[in-house]
Amino acid sequence: MTQKNRITGGQIDRSRTLSFRFDGKSYQGHPGDTLASALLANGVRLMGRSFKYHRPRGPLSAGSEEPNAIVQLREGARQEPNTRATVAELFDGLTATSQNRFPSLSFDMMGVNDLLSPFFAAGFYYKTFMWPAKFWESIYEPIIRRAAGLGALSRQDDPDAYDKGFLHCDLLVIGAGPAGLAAALTAGRAGARVIVTDEDFRMGGRLNAETHALGEASGADWAAGVVAELASLPNVRLMPRTTTLGAMDHGIYSAVERVSDHLPVPAAGKPRQILWRIYSRRALLTAGAIERPIAFENNDRPGIMLAGALRAYANRWGVAVGERVAVFTNNDDGLRTATDLAAKGIDVAAVIDTRTGGPLLPGIRHLQGAEVTGSAGRLGLSAISIRHANGKVESLPVTALGVSGGWNPNLNIASHHRGRPVWQDAIAAFVPPKDGPAGLSAAGAAAGLFSTHAALQSGAGAAVAALDDLGVKATLPDLPRAEDAPVAIAPKWYVQGKGRAWVDQQNDVTVKDVKLAHQENFVSVEHLKRYTTLGMATDQGKTGNILGLAVMAELTGRTIPETGTTIYRPPYTPVAMGALGGRSRGHEFKPTRLTPSHKWANEQGAVFVEVGMWLRAQWFPKAGETTWRQSVDREVLATRASVGICDVTTLGKIDIQGTDAGAFLDKVYANTFSTLGVGKVRYGLMLREDGIVMDDGTTARMGQNEWVMTTTTANAVPVFRHLEYVRQCLCPDMDVQLISTTEAWAQYSVAGPNARKLLEKLVDQDISDAAFPYMACGAITVKGVRARLFRISFSGELAYEIAVPTRYGDAMIRALMEAGREFDAVAYGTESLGVMRVEKGHVAGNELNGQTTALNMGLGKMVSKKKDAIGMVLSQREGLVAEGGLRIVGVKPVDPAQPLTAGSHFLEPGAAAVAANDLGWLTSVVYSPHVGSSIALGYLKNGEARKGQRLRAVNLLAKTEVEVEIVSAHFVDPEGVRLRG
Amino acid sequence: MIINHPLLGPRDAQEFTYLGDATLIDRPDGLSFPSADAAMDAMHDYLYQRSNPAGEHRELWFHEQGDRSWLVVTRNTVTHEILKVELARDVARMRGRSK
Amino acid sequence: MRYSGFRVIREALTGHKGWGPAWRDATPQASYDYIIVGGGGHGLATAYYLAKEFKQARIALVEKGWIGGGNVGRNTTIIRSNYLLDGNEPFYEFSLKLWEGLEQDFNYNAMVSQRGIINLYHTDAQRDAYTRRGNAMILHGADAELLNRDQVRAMYPFLNFDNARFPIKGALMQRRGGTVRHDAVAWGYARGASDRGVDIIQNCEVTGFRREGGRVTGIETSRGFIGAKKIGVAVAGSSSKVMAAADMRLPMESHVLQAFVSEGLKPVIDGVMTYGAGHFYVSQSDKGGLVFGGDIDGYNSYAQRGNMPVVEDVAEGGMSLMPMIGRARLLRSWGGIMDMSMDGSPIIDKTDIEGLYFNGGWCYGGFKATPASGWCFAHLLATGNPHPTATAYRFDRFRKGLMIDEKGQGAQPNLH
Repeated sequence: MTQKNRITGGQIDRSRTLSFRFDGKSYQGHPGDTLASALLANGVRLMGRSFKYHRPRGPLSAGSEEPNAIVQLREGARQEPNTRATVAELFDGLTATSQNRFPSLSFDMMGVNDLLSPFFAAGFYYKTFMWPAKFWESIYEPIIRRAAGLGALSRQDDPDAYDKGFLHCDLLVIGAGPAGLAAALTAGRAGARVIVTDEDFRMGGRLNAETHALGEASGADWAAGVVAELASLPNVRLMPRTTTLGAMDHGIYSAVERVSDHLPVPAAGKPRQILWRIYSRRALLTAGAIERPIAFENNDRPGIMLAGALRAYANRWGVAVGERVAVFTNNDDGLRTATDLAAKGIDVAAVIDTRTGGPLLPGIRHLQGAEVTGSAGRLGLSAISIRHANGKVESLPVTALGVSGGWNPNLNIASHHRGRPVWQDAIAAFVPPKDGPAGLSAAGAAAGLFSTHAALQSGAGAAVAALDDLGVKATLPDLPRAEDAPVAIAPKWYVQGKGRAWVDQQNDVTVKDVKLAHQENFVSVEHLKRYTTLGMATDQGKTGNILGLAVMAELTGRTIPETGTTIYRPPYTPVAMGALGGRSRGHEFKPTRLTPSHKWANEQGAVFVEVGMWLRAQWFPKAGETTWRQSVDREVLATRASVGICDVTTLGKIDIQGTDAGAFLDKVYANTFSTLGVGKVRYGLMLREDGIVMDDGTTARMGQNEWVMTTTTANAVPVFRHLEYVRQCLCPDMDVQLISTTEAWAQYSVAGPNARKLLEKLVDQDISDAAFPYMACGAITVKGVRARLFRISFSGELAYEIAVPTRYGDAMIRALMEAGREFDAVAYGTESLGVMRVEKGHVAGNELNGQTTALNMGLGKMVSKKKDAIGMVLSQREGLVAEGGLRIVGVKPVDPAQPLTAGSHFLEPGAAAVAANDLGWLTSVVYSPHVGSSIALGYLKNGEARKGQRLRAVNLLAKTEVEVEIVSAHFVDPEGVRLRG
Repeated sequence: MIINHPLLGPRDAQEFTYLGDATLIDRPDGLSFPSADAAMDAMHDYLYQRSNPAGEHRELWFHEQGDRSWLVVTRNTVTHEILKVELARDVARMRGRSK
Repeated sequence: MRYSGFRVIREALTGHKGWGPAWRDATPQASYDYIIVGGGGHGLATAYYLAKEFKQARIALVEKGWIGGGNVGRNTTIIRSNYLLDGNEPFYEFSLKLWEGLEQDFNYNAMVSQRGIINLYHTDAQRDAYTRRGNAMILHGADAELLNRDQVRAMYPFLNFDNARFPIKGALMQRRGGTVRHDAVAWGYARGASDRGVDIIQNCEVTGFRREGGRVTGIETSRGFIGAKKIGVAVAGSSSKVMAAADMRLPMESHVLQAFVSEGLKPVIDGVMTYGAGHFYVSQSDKGGLVFGGDIDGYNSYAQRGNMPVVEDVAEGGMSLMPMIGRARLLRSWGGIMDMSMDGSPIIDKTDIEGLYFNGGWCYGGFKATPASGWCFAHLLATGNPHPTATAYRFDRFRKGLMIDEKGQGAQPNLH
């Protein structure tokens, strides 16, 4: 197929031809094209359907503000919904399909909505679909949901990679049009670190789309020359295809670089996109301006576009959108479109100018005081109707119409900190707020300075000023002569008429909808937006918001600034979720921490489980074991019968040293530590200031001023933070130092009657019961390697924890297992650890849930009232010490064959299953091979007094219940004989 | 946000963990009150009641991914502008805390 | 004017000339029996129920900006009653029941849609906690189900089941959970209240409370003094600011919560889902946008905007849970000011100043509470006694040690 609308000129590479497909049909274009420019070159104007009425639509713009030409790009897992054809860079083999239509773009059955549009006025759905009540969810809503939405996700995993990066600069220049390039040149030559971002793949901004000269060169050539110089400067980083998304605090800007979106697939090892955080000392917004339409009846047909876009397609892309065109304008810039197109040999049928009295364009039919009142054409524009100044109405056949209602400075990012844009009558538009993000200024069209001369001068001037702030001297470069036409505009927002005139084209919001909103008292901008959905479409209202505001202003008789402004929020344009997520997905979502015995455990075929960031061995299956229970029962029984070994490195370890360390521990623990003898370990209970248990663990006094604290795995980080808080903020003069040594030591629990015998084979010192009794600790050596030994027990057995420097962790587990071979030592994982601690009645995560007190855990006496420990005072509040409160209990099924379920609630026999009868719940359930049944710990109201009672453990989710007996939480060796053995 | 650490210079706020109002430094001594009720009243006010100003706020940040300093940051809660950054230990001493 | 399908058709055929204002813009009178401060969801609901259920009159609602412009206008629209604790669950179940009859009650289609909510779990400990919670819900008369991995997979096959850092093991489901068109809630209550004589006064900022001998007699506003017998304050993130005018400090901090919506997409996620291994929850609106969010930014803020770390954290969670969304685009973000309380639960209570009542501390969960919050606050204002489902929401619970701490985080608002 030929490119029938391709004309001469433009910044496309005609030496190469690219093939692409749209809705299954093949077309050709050139490097430098966008999908929209290439389709227009091929005579395709119809590219999409609107959201509500399914009206046929073609491009309104030539940029990222596009509301209409929205397509589904690519296929398969790379399918990308809602892509703007106006910014999608053409590549060979590109495929795109139209979306939100059935069965085809040219014949869309949902177009019936357009005929029914009187029923679909703004907010109609709030007033109906309520009868019968059930029908909303069963009938109406499913239909609406199916009809709504635009493009579709592939439902497959995104196959591309995304990266994140961080950049630093003195000056960030947002937008590489004339102002931005002049600024970058000024700052770059002064030696400042400069970053220039531009969403386009070709820097230059409007210079690429205009015909005015800069000095002796064309605008595009001047821009290319400056870009080349900037590229040669080592202190300047040019970032085309990079959209600055938002202004964060303190000079940080987020930006997304589309590294590979112009390629069929990313190059090997390259990401699709990169999310940048740019740390700038100063920033300059030179993002240009966005043209706005004038609303008139049926102003949405394919072929009707912004005048500047019509001109851009001709000048930059060598495309005549129509063979016969007209221009509708209220300002001088619209006239440029007419003269540019005429100069290109395009038949300009008329310029409809709402103003009167100015000079007439030579050689062009220039109708002053006229307006466009309507349009015709089924799937694209075929004619417009004009009302002349004298009231006469004329129908003029044209296939393209350029509309200009003036230009809005693209101040979006300048109001990200909620500064209010300021109205400027001279240009009939808002300019950036005075209280924008600190360090950000604006120049050029973004600041309301619309001439090329003013853009160059203000850009360079703003760079000088910004660098001056930073103490860097910069001088204004020699800037070329450029046009300096004043803004000549007579505001005109919409043309009176009976029919529908579109304000927000994608969401089908018309002037009538704005009027209805007004009639129903939705007059504030926020109400207007929400009630009509104005500005809520994928184009974020870039062309329609101000227009809607102006219509409302007229209706309420207020000025536009009185009516309000819209605040912009990040992102500047929609951004792929993949880019925001970066590499943190799949297995890389969070770091994985491996224990020192991981390699060894893996060799043993261990099953691993996620414990916070850690992977821990859950159990170690042996040949012939077909269920996890078999493995766990074996590990538990073997440990209690002889000896078992478990990696407990994940417990938090904190070295605490200093002459005030004992006093410090007295502050952070509810019980007393300063009295503990050297070489001894004590169990400690740590409270939050609100008296709730924060954590538990053991702390060992290794020397006079040297202590080692252990925390639970889950709380290692928060406990360390808390200790530092107490040390620095509450007790700043205490002589105490802290360091986390969690990763410095590999630590193993060696438990069971033969634990000592095993360790004696490895430890160089005497660890007999007399020399190293229960709750002893000390620095030892293992075959000459320095180590720490603690005689503590979580399992209830004779047990030790032995720590060696992490680099010996792998050797240590192998040595332990080797030394244990004669005792049939087993390795055990977290499941067996859990079984044995429940059998012993020790609390862990399920009991330490941040809602429970020492009293709940049966440890109330540990809270010393004699010292002002954190949490002591508030732990005694009436609600926390009330009679009959929750107490920890042991639970056994009356019938040992019946399994218990954690999370079941306690009810009295015969009591109804209602909250008033709720007595508590089962916190932790295990199968105890020792007891020979399922056993549990639980919190039970008045639990201490209920020992021996029979209750029901009810699981209403599974509709099961088990008769249980309340027992002591110590299922194994309640007197503690074994651990002292 | 960027916090200008008094020892380390400007650091991204993402390296820090936030706690809250710096009045948490002014912890009452639980044993200094004539009655348990009075102690609880004081400790309740200290722990639970907040001025929560819209404007300047002195607050505690912990340089968790850094040097483990607790800092008192004076920040405007409306603009997020940071006016002052101090070591919490210095502030605690200035406010009369010792051991 | 009653809304109906018939009426919509008639108006469509006659050019929509008959629709009147959804609510009256009132000018303040000299005094009222009741003044509700705050034109958000909770304030509007309070005024509505005060007039409708408690048959009170001479009610004004004052709002510093435009009604519905606070958190009711920017949230992730989720309704549910899947709470654990006795202090909360009856209240939220009451709220869910009110949602279920709301549209008929106030004759406004707020699109209450009970498409179900699932909370994914990834560890045995999470499963145990959800079992406890699900049982508590049923004991309180709510609905709950525990789903296994296969059941979740059948519902949402595109979740990351096979390549996840934290594999999905199952979910707690509440089928009666769902979403509501949030703005419509504000407008429906405003319309219903206005129809019943409530004066809705916009652009009227409270600058002070006038007091005489320990009782409040009215409010000073940007539009002058307005007298009142009873004043109820429901201003969410602005609670500390407003109550400071009555010399009160509150057990709460204001924090920013960001939320996000994607471009419109064809239906892909039917219900509501929360990720148990990251900060991410999501649903899809009737218009097709994925509505999602995560954690609060974590520092005190009244700025109504957040920063990148949380945006990225949320996206990382989303990409980990459902890697298909990589090519969906985030369209809009917004930041609301959350009244984060010290235990994550709200306060609906009298103050020490007679005639002055307070409703706040909703953290980031206030939207689902809107009907019950309004009803219970109206109950308190009209009768002087707390509603039976809201008896725990008292100021003095911190002093008494009766915290309602669902997450077990203690007195640190940014962790709730």
